[in-house]
Amino acid sequence: MVDLSVDLGFLKLRNPVLTASGTFGYGLEFAPLIDLRKIGGIVVKGLYYGPREGNPPPRLVETTGGLINAIGLQGVGVEAFAADVLPRLRKIDTPILVNVCGGSDDEYLKAVEFLERQDGIAAYELNISCPNVERNGFCPALFTDSTHGLVKAVKAASHRPIIVKLSPNVTSVVDIAKAAEDGGADGISLINTLLALAVNVETRRPKLANLFGGLSGPAIKPIALRMVYQVATAVKIPVIGLGGIMTGADALEFLIVGAKAVQVGTANFVDPAAAIRISAEMRNFCKARGIPRVSDLVGTLKI
Amino acid sequence: MRHEPGARIIFKQSWGSYHLFRLEAPAIAAKARPGQFLMIKVSDTPFPLLRRPISIHSREKKTLEVFFQIAGLGTQILARKSEGETLDLIGPLGKGFDLGGHLKETSACLVGGGRGIAPLYQLGRALQIKGARVRVLYGGRSKADLPLRKRFREAGLDVRCSTDDGTLGFRGFVTELLEAEIKRRRPDKIFVCGPDPMMKKTAEIALALGIPAQISLESMMGCGFGACWGCVKRIRKGDKGAWRKICEDGPVFRAEDIVWEGTE
Repeated sequence: MVDLSVDLGFLKLRNPVLTASGTFGYGLEFAPLIDLRKIGGIVVKGLYYGPREGNPPPRLVETTGGLINAIGLQGVGVEAFAADVLPRLRKIDTPILVNVCGGSDDEYLKAVEFLERQDGIAAYELNISCPNVERNGFCPALFTDSTHGLVKAVKAASHRPIIVKLSPNVTSVVDIAKAAEDGGADGISLINTLLALAVNVETRRPKLANLFGGLSGPAIKPIALRMVYQVATAVKIPVIGLGGIMTGADALEFLIVGAKAVQVGTANFVDPAAAIRISAEMRNFCKARGIPRVSDLVGTLKI
Repeated sequence: MRHEPGARIIFKQSWGSYHLFRLEAPAIAAKARPGQFLMIKVSDTPFPLLRRPISIHSREKKTLEVFFQIAGLGTQILARKSEGETLDLIGPLGKGFDLGGHLKETSACLVGGGRGIAPLYQLGRALQIKGARVRVLYGGRSKADLPLRKRFREAGLDVRCSTDDGTLGFRGFVTELLEAEIKRRRPDKIFVCGPDPMMKKTAEIALALGIPAQISLESMMGCGFGACWGCVKRIRKGDKGAWRKICEDGPVFRAEDIVWEGTE
């Protein structure tokens, strides 16, 4: 038997595969198709304090090996989530992580303060890196001081673990990761999507109404791996790797470069059972090679 | 909603860029209602990455039919599949058409443009079984865009065709044919699927005359079942409207609820 469980210090997972925010709805959308209890953890779609309208369509464009999205974090807000969704998620024996968004430090705090009063949340993932809500992909994760200040403020307001989700659209992701760690982050997840553009040559218009969007999917995996490696070797807190994971082997690459766990995103759209399949493929890999614990592979890159 | 990863293609028919597959998909076929759709995986590799949303054309006890047109790389790859090969399907998806209860003495007009004819076949048959008088208006650019006219007639459906170039039936847009047909005999209900400008025009005609119309929208989709929020359209619900998901809240909406932003 291969032991797939991982211990992030602040959270134990039955397997290292979580579903990435924005690619798994609020979790229940997948319930008719898969057994949600087999997933390591569910990170729900990003929530602001209030409901949010999102961007006009077209919001999606497919590119070679990837998907550019500019959804704009349309969502129901924390109150509707707590009233309509969370009670049903509580019945599922899988850790629920809530991805928290805000347009200002105060708005993040307002959302967290509300969620603090709700049961059934294992941790927060602080979304400081969505590229689709302000002009030119502006977000707190682009700067060390805004990252540090926000993480510190949210940590002070919360008794739950905080994972900070970083942006790849920066000059030094290590500096941002250290700022988050100094601010009191319990863990780091990376990467969010890469700021991207696609053009229709006939109309000479951008293919997305928002002009820019965030690129995800297998095309971004090598960049994600490089950044996860850089961050995992620079911080002491656990790192959760994501970016283009489609298979168990992809996920193992992230573990080998130092991630303790991974998130599966775009793959969920293509294969609703992707997260479950990927953890099974990781188990099979370890079994075939006599590796007793998948966590034995973490940070074992030979250079 | 079911996942059928090995639905076999047991029959294939092609007309230029239009294709019809009959698929062995008992779990989905058992649940499918008119106007619902499938998400079909077209490649075993990550290129192209996403599934393609394809209308359900008809259903029997254990089989489904899809009718589609090559519109890009995904449908091009799909069209190359042959009888005996299998497809990975998720479905049935979306809410489909609202047929209504008692349909005796009711007349329904179904308006299809190009590949938009696909979901109207199952709808027409279902309406007929419920006792409605069904007229189908089938429009396209040219005669070659109307390959299903015989199929509709064989199902006992009254079909009138229109072509932009006059190579078959009424010369002009199917929306003009609709206006003429309404003058001849006003339908109680209108059901529409086709290109956006044609659906927008049909909605205007129906709203001006106070005829209830249901419109089936098309969109590129990330997932097809409500998780990605990528396929939205502005839809009113007694308010000024919000971005609602075509996959989950639709793809069929009432004409009066659709806000046609950005349709040229």
